[in-house]
Amino acid sequence: MLSRVAERIYWQARYLERVENTARLLNVFSNLLLDLPGRTKLGWRALVRITGTTELFATRYNIATESNLAQFLIADDCDASICSMLSMARENARTTREVMPTEAFERINDLHYYAQSAADSAAVRSARNEMLEHTIESAQQIFGMLAGAMSRDSGYTFVRMGRALERADMVTRIVDVGARKLFTHPGKGSVAPRFPEPYEGILWMSVLRSQSAYQMYRQHVRRRVNGEDVVRFLLQDEEFPRAAIHNLTTISKVLSKLPKNEEVAGLVDEARRHVMQSQVADLIEEGLTDYIDRLQIKFAAIHNAITHTWFSPRN
Amino acid sequence: MQIDWQTYDPGAFHDEMIERPGAPRPTAQQLAAYLESLDRKDLDEKKLAARLAIKTMGISFTVYSDGQNIDREWPFDLIPRVIPAREWEVTRRGLEQRVRALNCFINDVYNGQKVFKDKIIDPELILDSVNFRPQCLGIEPRYGVWAHICGTDLIRDEHGRFMVLEDNLRVPSGVSYMLENRRVTKRVFPELFENYDIEPVTEYPQELFDMLASLSPRRQAFPEIVVLTPGIYNSAYFEHSYLAQRMGAELVEGSDLVVENDRVYMRNIGGLSQVDVIYRRIDDMFLDPAVFNPESMLGVPGLFKAWVKGNVSLANAPGAGVADDKIVYTYVPEFIKYYLDEDPILPNVPSYRCFKDKERQHVLANLDKLVVKPANESGGYGMLMGPQASVAEREEFARKIKDNPRNYLGQPLISLSTVPILGEKAAEPRHVDLRPFILQAADSYVTPGGLTRVALVKGSYVVNSSQGGGSKDTWVVMG
Repeated sequence: MLSRVAERIYWQARYLERVENTARLLNVFSNLLLDLPGRTKLGWRALVRITGTTELFATRYNIATESNLAQFLIADDCDASICSMLSMARENARTTREVMPTEAFERINDLHYYAQSAADSAAVRSARNEMLEHTIESAQQIFGMLAGAMSRDSGYTFVRMGRALERADMVTRIVDVGARKLFTHPGKGSVAPRFPEPYEGILWMSVLRSQSAYQMYRQHVRRRVNGEDVVRFLLQDEEFPRAAIHNLTTISKVLSKLPKNEEVAGLVDEARRHVMQSQVADLIEEGLTDYIDRLQIKFAAIHNAITHTWFSPRN
Repeated sequence: MQIDWQTYDPGAFHDEMIERPGAPRPTAQQLAAYLESLDRKDLDEKKLAARLAIKTMGISFTVYSDGQNIDREWPFDLIPRVIPAREWEVTRRGLEQRVRALNCFINDVYNGQKVFKDKIIDPELILDSVNFRPQCLGIEPRYGVWAHICGTDLIRDEHGRFMVLEDNLRVPSGVSYMLENRRVTKRVFPELFENYDIEPVTEYPQELFDMLASLSPRRQAFPEIVVLTPGIYNSAYFEHSYLAQRMGAELVEGSDLVVENDRVYMRNIGGLSQVDVIYRRIDDMFLDPAVFNPESMLGVPGLFKAWVKGNVSLANAPGAGVADDKIVYTYVPEFIKYYLDEDPILPNVPSYRCFKDKERQHVLANLDKLVVKPANESGGYGMLMGPQASVAEREEFARKIKDNPRNYLGQPLISLSTVPILGEKAAEPRHVDLRPFILQAADSYVTPGGLTRVALVKGSYVVNSSQGGGSKDTWVVMG
């Protein structure tokens, strides 16, 4: 497989997954708003942090309101919006048509046109929900088509790696924001909830929902929704498909099919150990944010290694 | 009723579907009746469905001057064009014959030049041509074939006779649209197919693949075949990607390839792997900066030498364009006699060559009646449409012809045949041409039918998609 094509496939999968995640986040946040009483101020700014677009957002908007966020993450002509990411996914698909199943290309193409035409209506909450749900469904459908029609060769391996790394990245960001909201550490060792206690459960449920994790959490954890368990579930549950560890394991399994995989494999194993060997209760005590930052750095290293191992053509 | 063939009047032109108002030609009778049975709502729905299908399928073409919006939807008309198989059979043989003769000629130009010694054509006309590549002298590609893929433009005159308008031997495009047009029609108009026995067109990518594979220098079960594209900004990018996909070949850009020890390799995730056959969709001059245009960013340094050494095959071969020239075109009937000792099956459009004194006089005296074409342009650019041109335009062309007679050719304006298109209110006649695709290596293959291009503007002869033309599904119908 050509390096250039591999790179485009990888990015296409990342963009598509990011589109799906962005749509989920927006949807969940909008719903969460409806669940919380007015006096509980929900920070829309959290969405900016989760999507890693703090600086970009600041160049465009002064305040993080619902309408600004919706505009920014759905319609704006910038890297963070669903519409632009879909254009990029489509562009990558258009330049890898020769290796992609035709139906999947057509679906991406459709979704791109759909998002453009629906973007304007997204300022209205009800229309926005519909748009986001359609986007999520379509992204799922596209990945389903790829899974159903692509041979398990290098091409599909890059789809899976792109998707898995994007998921691992996103879930850690979400955990980070949830933790910031809910655990404060005014002094060493003392943990006090800042968020009004009765609503803590609702917030963590939303975190779970944003990852389609609520049902599985219920079935597998079997305890009242609480921060520590949610963090553990989303980081360390090997069986849950959006959990960080599950995705790292996926990468380490699929990359065995690729040539020259030693460096990337080493980095992935390191990240897996970092996730699995941590004690969540202690992390919460010490401050989850530093931990997540270190993890994010490891993900970036994996991405860089993927890039220079397989995408940078030898001269 | 939306379509009423009684009110459809092709006038003095040869209409391929409706002979005269109310009288469809025999092969088109069922199609005409079916279309008549649809009401306005049905037709509007079908039109919309076709547009949506094209959008979804991502069938697009690119227009250079469009700036940001580089990717345009393909303009398509729903009513298929019908060609009876009996008529097509003759045309098919004519096309094969023509491409065989052209390849004999190209091979002769680069090996031996018998055609000059026998005074069939003046060597200057060839050796001074911008498409002649002296670097190719003495090279003998397999089967003596240089132009493996040819797109020949045909028109039908007022009597319905097929004539050759031009031979495209460099990097002819359009075949993907031919295939996609059929797919769109099947998707939105499946009912149409019920009563017809239509030659399928879907084999083309397979035929192309087999032809390319037969050129592989390494004799191995799975030769590595690639399609070399200039990239996404090229107007035919859709087609490059489409053909690569349908053949299961890699689509590569120049930067994906590298030459080492006169062998061509592509840069893979696992390192380098050798390439056997390149279906190149880049012009000669951009193929290899070491040999041709040194500024080219699209090509691969060393590619030409790898080809000369026989380590990689190029289709079409560099230098094949020497026969893709409107002056050479006028000699093709003579080449057919000279090389094949056969009578030409398909006629040329009568042509006046401006480098011949008498013929030039005729062109200059009749600029208001003739079409004047430059020898080396494609896509309908740089032409004079005499009858519609202004006095100033004609004077300008008279000057150009006198300055560079070798570069111009005059032809009478042929009354192109028409076919119905689905207009806003009714079916209306519009002019069409036809581009079949011919493959040649050891054997030949001709697409049944080809790409029909249609001038969507009433009365217009301009069928190019870059200039407002559309296209139609083309049926070769048995029985």
